[in-house]
Amino acid sequence: MSTIEINNIQKKYITKSNTITALDNVSFTVDQSEIFGLIGPDGSGKSTLFRILSTVLLPDSGEAKILNYDVVRNFKEIRKIIGYMPGKFSLYQDLSVEENLNFFATIFETSIEENYELISDIYKQIEPFKNRRAGKLSGGMKQKLALSCALIHNPKILLLDEPTTGVDPVSRKEFWEILNKLKLNGITIVVSTPYMDEANLCDRIALIQNGKILDIDFPKKITEKFNKDIFSITSDNMYLLLNDLRKFKDTISCFAFGDSHHLVLEKNKIELIQLEKFLSHHKNLSIKKIKPTIEDCFMQMLQNKN
Amino acid sequence: MRQLKFFLKKEFQQILRNKLLVRLIVAVPIVQLIILPFAANYEIQNIKLCVIDNDKSEYSRKLINKFTSTNYFILTGYFSSQKEALHYLEKDKADLIIEIPKSFENDLIRESETKVFINANAINGQTAGLAVSYSNAIIRDFNNDVRIEWIQPMRINSIPTIEISSTNWFNPKMNYKYFIVPGLMVLLVTLVGFLLTTINIVKEKEDGTIEQLNVSPLKKHQFILGKLIPFWIIGLVVLTIAQIVSFILYGIVPAGSYLTIYLFAAIYLVALLGFGLFVSTLAETQQQAMFIAYFFMMIFILLGGLFAPIENMPDWAQFLTRLNPVSYFIEAIRMIILKGSGINELSKHFGIIILFALIFNTLAIYSYHKTK
Repeated sequence: MSTIEINNIQKKYITKSNTITALDNVSFTVDQSEIFGLIGPDGSGKSTLFRILSTVLLPDSGEAKILNYDVVRNFKEIRKIIGYMPGKFSLYQDLSVEENLNFFATIFETSIEENYELISDIYKQIEPFKNRRAGKLSGGMKQKLALSCALIHNPKILLLDEPTTGVDPVSRKEFWEILNKLKLNGITIVVSTPYMDEANLCDRIALIQNGKILDIDFPKKITEKFNKDIFSITSDNMYLLLNDLRKFKDTISCFAFGDSHHLVLEKNKIELIQLEKFLSHHKNLSIKKIKPTIEDCFMQMLQNKN
Repeated sequence: MRQLKFFLKKEFQQILRNKLLVRLIVAVPIVQLIILPFAANYEIQNIKLCVIDNDKSEYSRKLINKFTSTNYFILTGYFSSQKEALHYLEKDKADLIIEIPKSFENDLIRESETKVFINANAINGQTAGLAVSYSNAIIRDFNNDVRIEWIQPMRINSIPTIEISSTNWFNPKMNYKYFIVPGLMVLLVTLVGFLLTTINIVKEKEDGTIEQLNVSPLKKHQFILGKLIPFWIIGLVVLTIAQIVSFILYGIVPAGSYLTIYLFAAIYLVALLGFGLFVSTLAETQQQAMFIAYFFMMIFILLGGLFAPIENMPDWAQFLTRLNPVSYFIEAIRMIILKGSGINELSKHFGIIILFALIFNTLAIYSYHKTK
């Protein structure tokens, strides 16, 4: 039995002028003690899925089960076994760190003392500020507090909607370390992120776009499936370089990735020298063959779809 | 129970920590009760009077004296042509013009009949109406004086007259403050019970904290009670402040019992809090909530009989006031404070407000969902 089973979930938002399909026949399963990542850009339907799993939104059709409890029929049981951290910071900004934690412990019919063990690793980092108002905390500390609040009732499943968005790199790293520890405690974690680099930190990932799942696999497998050559290219005039690369006759796709451009070509189709010749008018040209990242795979899948 | 207790604790922590809000809750009733009863005064005085005296006779002078000797009129102009007087009216230097015709005294003595012409500035209808009715009374009085002066020598009163003497029950001196202050108390309780509740709940929506509560095992009734009880208490606190202020400033002591007032207010607040909760389920942002609440507040107040008496409204508006909980509380609190009515006399009001409480709260509970 899988911890989470999602079958053909469909959700549409209907407004007067148009209908938006937020989730289109989404199905997948999550196993126990797994960190399952939902990777996709903003507006791809990640939050909608989280809201359905956390029983605050009803799907139009399809069913979802958490530990065999149906999210629609058995919402009461589910609310006791999940910890949900919404994408937007949603604790009481005018209450202190300790008061927030105490409040959420109480409404989940438990106390800080009872489950202190579980959150101690995280809570210790924010404990020096326990009398500070939640609204006055830094982004990283806010997320740690939110995670503490989501964990205080010892949930079996954690649903984390973009927990690291807007958090500094150091705090992000710490946050993922915490998640790995929680996983070792037997907690199943579903986490979404728009950061492709975080995909590698998950056990399995689902790439999602426009409410559709493009692929579900281990991060490694996803990059292994990439059967094309990929080059990282830089030069002094990056804008011109991008235009030139897109004009190159064998280019399948070329996108700007941070400070370099990633060029995708058919496997072993051309010699590097041909490309160098084509770009000879660029100064400080550097061409490196690289291994594909999750983001490259994601972009490729989008290309194929179109 | 423990969950509800903690929820209430959290609510009070948040409210008390909002220093500005706490200060406002105390200051608003005091300031409103100091300013409004003095400002909203319907006893019109110092009506600016212009006279066009074409006669300049003894009688015309007597009539003018009659006007100026009351407290209501002050003479701002004395002219001999209509044109100048109308110019004064245009410049807002006159509210009322009295034109005395040329043969005023002659006609009065010879033909026992004469005419006086009155022009009123109707920009402010209230002042104009009162000014005209005051002048009617003064002219009637003048008329009587003239008659008595002429008839007296006969010693036999051959003309039967009915003299009217009136007493104003429940407010003998027609003190406008006794009318307005109880109404203001209702306004204040409404402000807290309705506006603050609505905005408070929508704030949880806007901050996203309601999402966290929705995924918790916290029960619907616990959430609703946790939200309504604090404002129910604050509403009664505001009422108490208002009672103290109105006693100190205006010496208003209810003719009826405080118990009746508080009992009514307690039920009224339940009704209003339910309505506030209902509005909060409609609004997604505090801005929307504020606007919806303001819309209802305006209608509640203006159709509640706080300023304009309900009896003067057209039938359709009177029908609307019957759907307005505020109008029942205003009527009830005036009956308790001025007339000394008790629960028996107010049984209709109590019945209706209980009905409102049931309807609004059912509506609110029905439309508040933890799951969308």
